[in-house]
Amino acid sequence: MIEVNSLSRRFGNNYAVDDVSFLIGDGEVVGLLGPNGAGKSTTMNMLTGYLSPTSGEIKIDGVDIFDDPQASRKKIGFLPEQPPLYMDMTVWEYLSFVHELKLCEFNKREHLGEIMGLVKITDVRDKLIKNLSKGFKQRVGIAGALIGNPRIIILDEPTVGLSPEQVIEFRSLVRSLGKKHTVILSTHILSEVQAVCSRILVMNQGKIIADQPTASFKQVVGQNNRFQVKIAGPQKEVQNLLRAIHSVKSVTCDGYRDGDAYTYVVDYTGSVDIRKMMFNELAKRGWPILAMEGVETTLEDVFVQLIKNAEGNGGAKC
Amino acid sequence: MLAIYKKEMRTYFTTPLGYIFLAVALCVSAFAFALTTYYSSDPTSNTTSYFTIMIFLMVIFLPILTMRSFSEERRTKTDQLLFTSPVSIAGLVIGKFLSALTVFLMYVALSLFNLIPIYANVAQNANEPNATIIIGNIMALILVGSCFIAIGIFASTLTENSAVSMIITIGILIVLLFIYFINMLIDLPVLEVVFEWISIYGRFTSFTYGIFDIASLIYYLSLTGIFLFLSERIFQVRRLG
Repeated sequence: MIEVNSLSRRFGNNYAVDDVSFLIGDGEVVGLLGPNGAGKSTTMNMLTGYLSPTSGEIKIDGVDIFDDPQASRKKIGFLPEQPPLYMDMTVWEYLSFVHELKLCEFNKREHLGEIMGLVKITDVRDKLIKNLSKGFKQRVGIAGALIGNPRIIILDEPTVGLSPEQVIEFRSLVRSLGKKHTVILSTHILSEVQAVCSRILVMNQGKIIADQPTASFKQVVGQNNRFQVKIAGPQKEVQNLLRAIHSVKSVTCDGYRDGDAYTYVVDYTGSVDIRKMMFNELAKRGWPILAMEGVETTLEDVFVQLIKNAEGNGGAKC
Repeated sequence: MLAIYKKEMRTYFTTPLGYIFLAVALCVSAFAFALTTYYSSDPTSNTTSYFTIMIFLMVIFLPILTMRSFSEERRTKTDQLLFTSPVSIAGLVIGKFLSALTVFLMYVALSLFNLIPIYANVAQNANEPNATIIIGNIMALILVGSCFIAIGIFASTLTENSAVSMIITIGILIVLLFIYFINMLIDLPVLEVVFEWISIYGRFTSFTYGIFDIASLIYYLSLTGIFLFLSERIFQVRRLG
């Protein structure tokens, strides 16, 4: 269990992290979400003991990490934003070094073999790290973090620079890690935390502005009910018909014509899925739907909404 | 600590750094040896001036060995791995120090080959080589070398640029060495005592006469200790920001 109490860190006159508190239980997969400069990396660097807090405390299993740094560091596996790799070592040499550095008790050959299999780098074990692609370097970094089987795994922006295919693979890896470990990962991509995390902490300007289970995060943000639809039919009438549907908030059309079809962006509120209703209405008039897809809520939307919510509650919640 | 020591030794000998240091230092010291004994205007088996020259050459060579020590870790961000591992900062600093010291000791051991000719050709020399003086000098060279390495490691904690780290090291070493000569020029008794006390070179001279000076031994060991301690402090302070 990780307990963080009114943690702050100042750089010069700026607070990178400002009075942050949270509690993370065993086995949770927590996403730390926020724009660049929100204080995510600073928070993670403090959790791992790389930086000291200006004030506040961090406890792991009830023990302050500065009372017994050696013991608490053995419980944490950390992948910093830039994987800490020695370019002139081979993958095997690097992992052996980390194994020794972490004073790991497991049998080296078996333990490293297992981890390399898990992150799929067994094939490149004798290659020099500098010759590996970005995706493989990232995996070697993750492998390093997993050595010693730490209970807590902290990953700082682990998917930056990975190809979409690698991102999908990475997500399934994190999900499988979540079964045995507590995972904290940071990102500025909303869909990523929604895909892998059970809980979301949103940070902005050094403060936590939301702390929600992923499932209820949608309701907090509210605006997630948005899709884009391409309908063949007269623009004005279609738009009016869509607006007439119960719980539709707004319909916008960019006016770009493709044959006799236009693309509309529909926002609606409430939990009832209006797409069936829309389909029936359109079918009655003989205006076919040519394409439909969900529009992902962006981080910016989340922030606008969260800040609105906070103002509605009469001040920032943190 | 052992892990970091092994890693450093590996780095010295998988990159050209260790080889360059050994090769250049051995060449230059062999050259210096020849010039100060056989090929000097008055051929001699007295090694005192040879060892004195070695001390000054180490001002240039040892910083090559230590310049990358922590600078490179910071530049490549691998310090995040080291400082979040269960090894203490003191352990890291000592591991790095011992690995550089090992390479330096390899150099000292190899440079002993230089001495073979003066023993092989004793008969041709007017004076026999003095073993006490040679052993005293070797000890002093090792002690001075370990100070230089500690200072080099300290300098490498200050910057992420290894060239800057090397220049800082050479700067500190030159000041510490040349205090002895400045001392000859000034006429303030108080300063003289202080300068004489902190001068690396002044301490060295007693060894060159074959005198084992316990105060000097303690001086060199504590200077090494102080700079290693300061290196450790730098990281503690930086962590606090």
